[in-house]
Amino acid sequence: MSDHELRVSKIRNGTVIDHVEGGQALNVLAILGIDGSEGLGVSIGMNVPSDRLGRKDVVKVEDRELSSSEVDVLSLIAPEATINIIREFDVVEKNRVIRPTHVSGVLSCPNRNCITNAGEPVETEFAVVGNGVRCGYCSTIIRDDIAAHIDV
Amino acid sequence: MRQDHLITATQLSRDDIEAVLDRARRIAADPAAFADRHAETVLALCFFEPSTRTKMSFDTAAKRLGADTIDMGTVESSSVTKGESLADTVRVIEGYADAIVLRHPSEGAATLAAEFVDVPVINAGDGAGQHPSQTLLDLYTVRENHGLDGLTVGIMGDLKYGRTVHSLAAALTNFDVNQHFISPDSLRLPRSVRFDLHEAGAQLREHTDLEDVLPELDVLYVTRIQKERFPDENEYHRVAGQYRIDAGTLADAREDLIVMHPLPRVDEIAADVDTSGHARYFEQAHNGVPVRMALLDTLLEGTQ
Repeated sequence: MSDHELRVSKIRNGTVIDHVEGGQALNVLAILGIDGSEGLGVSIGMNVPSDRLGRKDVVKVEDRELSSSEVDVLSLIAPEATINIIREFDVVEKNRVIRPTHVSGVLSCPNRNCITNAGEPVETEFAVVGNGVRCGYCSTIIRDDIAAHIDV
Repeated sequence: MRQDHLITATQLSRDDIEAVLDRARRIAADPAAFADRHAETVLALCFFEPSTRTKMSFDTAAKRLGADTIDMGTVESSSVTKGESLADTVRVIEGYADAIVLRHPSEGAATLAAEFVDVPVINAGDGAGQHPSQTLLDLYTVRENHGLDGLTVGIMGDLKYGRTVHSLAAALTNFDVNQHFISPDSLRLPRSVRFDLHEAGAQLREHTDLEDVLPELDVLYVTRIQKERFPDENEYHRVAGQYRIDAGTLADAREDLIVMHPLPRVDEIAADVDTSGHARYFEQAHNGVPVRMALLDTLLEGTQ
């Protein structure tokens, strides 16, 4: 039994998001729109030892199977993340997150003069480019600390 | 041009640009032939920021095509002061007009407007973003003087916030043009424009001194460095002073160098350049009418 399983118990049904970069677990939940109000059981392990990452976070969401379209956006802040679908305590599906081409409504544009920050009835839209994302309205490119611009 | 809107110069191919410029040349040669082409058309002029040249030249261009124009007026006199969103404003105006010319202080405003309406939207300047119709008349002016290939172009001044610069630099990547960018460090091209130039395969040559590159240039495109970009007025005067040109500055330039400026100028080009034989900025401004006629004719043609 590995160290993180000692700290965070197994779940019967749901999704385990593993190999999240240490410290990003709460951002993962923010991106997924999970804040506890929906009544799902949520367990978080933060900064647990990892052979691959040194320290990693683990997020377990009970009774909800997250689709790839929901989780691919996590690749922006957790490119190494793996998504495990759990049924009756067994991993029935294991996937890596894939970089999406676009991200809608998750990030806010850091350009204060961008029209998306002017109270207009639109979601933000970012294209994933190179090692960052680019605002579909004002073209501002974010490369560093994308997590700081999560707006959900 | 097969687009419904003109939002950014990055959307323009070489063929798009040449088609509009060719049409502008035909219009300039025989404006009467185009006089009634859009007699039943109404063009909405929605300027959320002050404008002289752009607004008046679009107004003139529309009228010379036989179209009528409606003007939103100043922001202070419009329902914008009541808190109406841009999305609502353009959806209302869409019911009155066949095309919308939009200037707005926020970057991305024209992109947003185009999402909410079916009539063509022309970006007439969105904050520090883009000003693609200015670019078309800039290219027309360059082409009439030098052609558009085998050129060395210097773009100088406020490259960070200058929307005419952002559009021009992107459009020039369609041609065989060496681009040099001359500015203070604090006003270099923004990351997004650099990204587009890199993606287009253009080489970025940046300088802080005009004299490093002036003798090579066929075109010097000057833009205004605005006082409000500097927190300290003394710093503004120190920096802006380094990017002013006069007839003496141009002594080392090629004889056929042309000097362009989107206007208005303040003091970045001295009056003695006007008569130096290099000046093309008034010709450039005048070209706004046939080029915008050609642009409107092209976009409206697609709606008929």
